[in-house]
Amino acid sequence: MPYETDYTNQKFSVIGNRVNRPDGVDKVTGRARYGADASAAGQLVGKILRSPHAHALIKKIDTSKAEKLPGVKAIVTGDDFPDFTGGNRSLMDTLENCMARGRALYDGHAVAAVAAVDAQTANEALKLIKVTYKKLPHVTDVDEAMKPSAPVVHDWIRTAGIEPAPTTASNISQRNEFGHGDIDVGFAEADVIIEKTFKTEQTHQGYIEPHACLATLGPDGSGELWVTTQGHFTFRNMCASLLGLDVAKLKVTSSEIGGGFGGKTHVWMEPVALQLARKSNRPVKLVMTREEVFKATGPTSSTSVDVKIGAKKNGRITAASAELRYQSGAFPGMWGMLGAMTSFACYDLKHVKSVGYDVLCNRPKVAAYRAPSAPMAAFGVESVIDLLAAELKMDPVEFRIKNAAKKGTRASYGPIYGPIGIGPTLEAVKNHPHMKKRLGKNQGRGVACGFWFNFGGQTCTDLNIGIDGSVNLTVGTVDVGGSRASLALIAAEELGVDYDQVRVTIGDTSSLGHNDTTEGSRGTFSSGMATIFAARNAIDVMKQRAADTWGIPVEQVVWEEGVARAKGRQNSNLPPLSLKEIAAKSPRTGGPIAGHNEVVADGAGVSFASHICDVEVDPETGSTRVIRYTVVQDAGKAIHPDYVEGQFQGGAAQGIGWALNEEYIYGEDGTLQNAGFLDYRIPVCSDLPFIDTEILEIPNPNHPYGVRGVGETSIVPPLAAIGNAVSNAVGVRMTHVPMSPPRILKAIEDAQ
Amino acid sequence: MRFESPTTTKAAASMLASESGAAHVLAGGTDLLVRMKMGMVEPDLVLDIKRIETMKVLKVAAGGVHIGGAVPAVELGESERLRSLWPGVVEAANLIGSDQIQGRCTVVGNLCNASPAADSVPALIAAGAKALIVGPKGKRRVGVEKVVLGPGKTSLGRDEFIEAVVLPARAGKSADAYLRFTPRTEMDIAVVSAAVNLTLSRGVVTAAKVVLGAVAPTAVVVPAAARAIIGTKLDDAALEKMAKACRAACNPIDDKRGTVEYRTKVAGVLGRRAALVAFERAGGSK
Ligand SMILES: Cc1cc2nc3c(=O)[nH]c(=O)nc-3n(C[C@H](O)[C@H](O)[C@H](O)COP(=O)(O)OP(=O)(O)OC[C@H]3O[C@@H](n4cnc5c(N)ncnc54)[C@H](O)[C@@H]3O)c2cc1C
Repeated sequence: MPYETDYTNQKFSVIGNRVNRPDGVDKVTGRARYGADASAAGQLVGKILRSPHAHALIKKIDTSKAEKLPGVKAIVTGDDFPDFTGGNRSLMDTLENCMARGRALYDGHAVAAVAAVDAQTANEALKLIKVTYKKLPHVTDVDEAMKPSAPVVHDWIRTAGIEPAPTTASNISQRNEFGHGDIDVGFAEADVIIEKTFKTEQTHQGYIEPHACLATLGPDGSGELWVTTQGHFTFRNMCASLLGLDVAKLKVTSSEIGGGFGGKTHVWMEPVALQLARKSNRPVKLVMTREEVFKATGPTSSTSVDVKIGAKKNGRITAASAELRYQSGAFPGMWGMLGAMTSFACYDLKHVKSVGYDVLCNRPKVAAYRAPSAPMAAFGVESVIDLLAAELKMDPVEFRIKNAAKKGTRASYGPIYGPIGIGPTLEAVKNHPHMKKRLGKNQGRGVACGFWFNFGGQTCTDLNIGIDGSVNLTVGTVDVGGSRASLALIAAEELGVDYDQVRVTIGDTSSLGHNDTTEGSRGTFSSGMATIFAARNAIDVMKQRAADTWGIPVEQVVWEEGVARAKGRQNSNLPPLSLKEIAAKSPRTGGPIAGHNEVVADGAGVSFASHICDVEVDPETGSTRVIRYTVVQDAGKAIHPDYVEGQFQGGAAQGIGWALNEEYIYGEDGTLQNAGFLDYRIPVCSDLPFIDTEILEIPNPNHPYGVRGVGETSIVPPLAAIGNAVSNAVGVRMTHVPMSPPRILKAIEDAQ
Repeated sequence: MRFESPTTTKAAASMLASESGAAHVLAGGTDLLVRMKMGMVEPDLVLDIKRIETMKVLKVAAGGVHIGGAVPAVELGESERLRSLWPGVVEAANLIGSDQIQGRCTVVGNLCNASPAADSVPALIAAGAKALIVGPKGKRRVGVEKVVLGPGKTSLGRDEFIEAVVLPARAGKSADAYLRFTPRTEMDIAVVSAAVNLTLSRGVVTAAKVVLGAVAPTAVVVPAAARAIIGTKLDDAALEKMAKACRAACNPIDDKRGTVEYRTKVAGVLGRRAALVAFERAGGSK
């Protein structure tokens, strides 16, 4: 069987169970402490003054009046952030994004900050700071920004990746090309070629918890930061580099997190809070408003994408190419590159080429959003795949199956695939009852596929066994989606104890070695791997203790179902020693029992999904309701099926919002018009159908349990699945996301 | 900032009259508190009217309906009698926000907030509702359509407030309906809306009032749309004529919530659909 590996059909006793999450009670009772829930004696309130302009020179910042306001303890501007970056341009970008340095680059860019005794005083102080701006020309549209006549966001940008290297500045920070074969040859072989251009608007992750932190930083250069983040180690390293601190002297603790989806992988105002704390020598609490979250954190790119695919009458694709233009906000990004890498990853292609451009605009610095860049590329590619299937009079699922990548396929972005799930998810879609449901009037069905790389990275984990045999697992990957439950299941599986016996804690930065941020769907994959190894190390210790207790060589001891057994006939008089018994005796047998592991968790298995979506469109208003939605995705191995399904559903829900209504709307003046949840429309509960899920398990050969990351892939197909469904319902190809009611109505009328 | 919660309308009127700074009446607070939080208003006096017993009265009688200024929207939906007399007014009030919002908010607050997109306002105007206004010199009664002058602007004097809105007695076979268009199913704001109130005699429309919301600075009464359906059984030609009149009455803006073109088109669609719903509710059949 092509999909079997060494890890297929492993027997497990604990993992795979749908246990209650350990953080559940705290979260439903309100006891859980999020970013804004920490306080310190004598704390000040921090507030940030932001640019009202899309692009402006900051000629002068007069803080004298604000400084005199009673209760104001510190004010900082760009001048209060000396350059510790040592010429590292990307660090400088981060610093400049946290606090403008002479130029405001987008509506909402921080220009000054205040720490005062209370919110009222801080707000008052912001009003007293006088900033003299000189407005500069701005650009917010990605295609406009690429034109030679466009205002240049940074005059030091020279497009990387083109030969010869340009000598003048532009907004294109880099060009990246991927692929193999010769597309000209491939297109010449095609019987049918479809070519189309697509646009997607900028969206925000829309996490419910705004950014918040509590910072202290003393004159000795040591400090603490309590913060809502996906990666407190990364935040520590970033803040330390930006502020000239020793990494070891800054302790960062991650709070419970109310959603991140990539937006909390990056520092936005934390260095500012620390600098205010240093200047005032008081703890400073800084909590963003929703408006600030929209204007000054990291939404995903708006894009403009051309896709061209050719196929033979027999349904085989002969060539595929794409040019992808991704807006990265006011600083360079790698989003166009990721779009180009992911665009054709689902297919087995002989001739393929994708070119990605990263383009600067006067918008907030783009950050990761769940499988960053892949959904927009998939929107273009999967739409053209549907058009081709229609042109060839083939069933769109069959057409995809015929061209799906498989084990041994060279991916369009380079590597050769191992066992992968694209074919099986498509087969599951084909056989799903959803596909047999008859559609009614004004209804349409769409199918689309999606891919995401997944990531492993640096991981460091401690497992400590208590005197009563309960187990403390300390990990450094922030739990954004239920990973504590999954990791407790894994520890319980290895040790042979009950799930309830294991307690998982997210350690602060002083308690563990570096852990990469929870991103790239790595939490359960990488910390799961480190947990397995740490548990096995603890088992080695317990076997040794048992051997010592029995006075036999450790080679004669095995660990089975939570007990140490002495093997061999000569030891048959030795009753097994349980984990509990070994733990109880530990003070006299060598002290505490622990297992540790540090690892670079390589080999995150790639992930594929196929989605089915039914919509109903009101042809008179353009209003769309998603009436049925099914996600089929390969999880490798579902450690905790509830949370795997939750990730599938969550990605689909966010994708539905993006496809239908969510978008950043900029005015002519380059200011954001809808920086709030009233006019930035994420779906409410009643907008969504129940999202059906099917988990496939094609084990990842690089993980002891076969785990693949599952958190991100689910947002990749929805734009395209809904685009295909709406297009089928209204009989017009939709090429612009979101497919908001006015856009749909206009498309219907333009076609008439 | 002072916070007062008088127990009589008289006391409330004199507190308003004697306040020299910015005075704001507080009903449910679902607009006022939001605006305060955003720093858009900084009141010197917040005058809570929810302790005034007479303003908490909802009276539904054959001769008319009295909706006190402190009656939360949820209570309108709880009155079966009101639902059968004025289904359109009730459905408009029960579209505001969400269950949580409706537990607090009032239709008078919705009216006085003076948003072009307020949901209950077109339905109240179509119903021929009157506002009972209290001031230092006593009470006066004006048509609800005269209260709102433009976005955020009312005709109330700075020392006046609304005690209640009253709906007239119902004639024979009458019914009303309200429809709004929002991209989301709830927690959203009308991009366009339409209210229709009509009366039938032997299956034919004999009286009608058509009002559009969110297509102009205030709700718009469209007499031409009413004329298009009066004397008809809502045949397709009459409905098309009505939709055309609705579109012609639109004077919307292009903004983040919708384009001029879109609002205008959908106004016609909703006007027609609301007429059909009201017609059916009144016992009409095509
Ligand atoms: C989440 C959310 C969703 C919403 N959704 C909708 C919606 O779908 N549709 C919609 O139309 N609105 C919506 N709104 C707006 C608001 O809920 C309504 O306008 C509501 O009807 C206001 O009523 P209130 O009693 O809360 O008014 P308040 O906030 O108490 O008052 C509103 C204004 O009217 C004045 N006022 C109140 N009562 C009187 C009085 N008796 N005399 C004189 N002036 C008075 C106040 O001073 C204030 O200026 C929403 C608001 C929120 C927060």
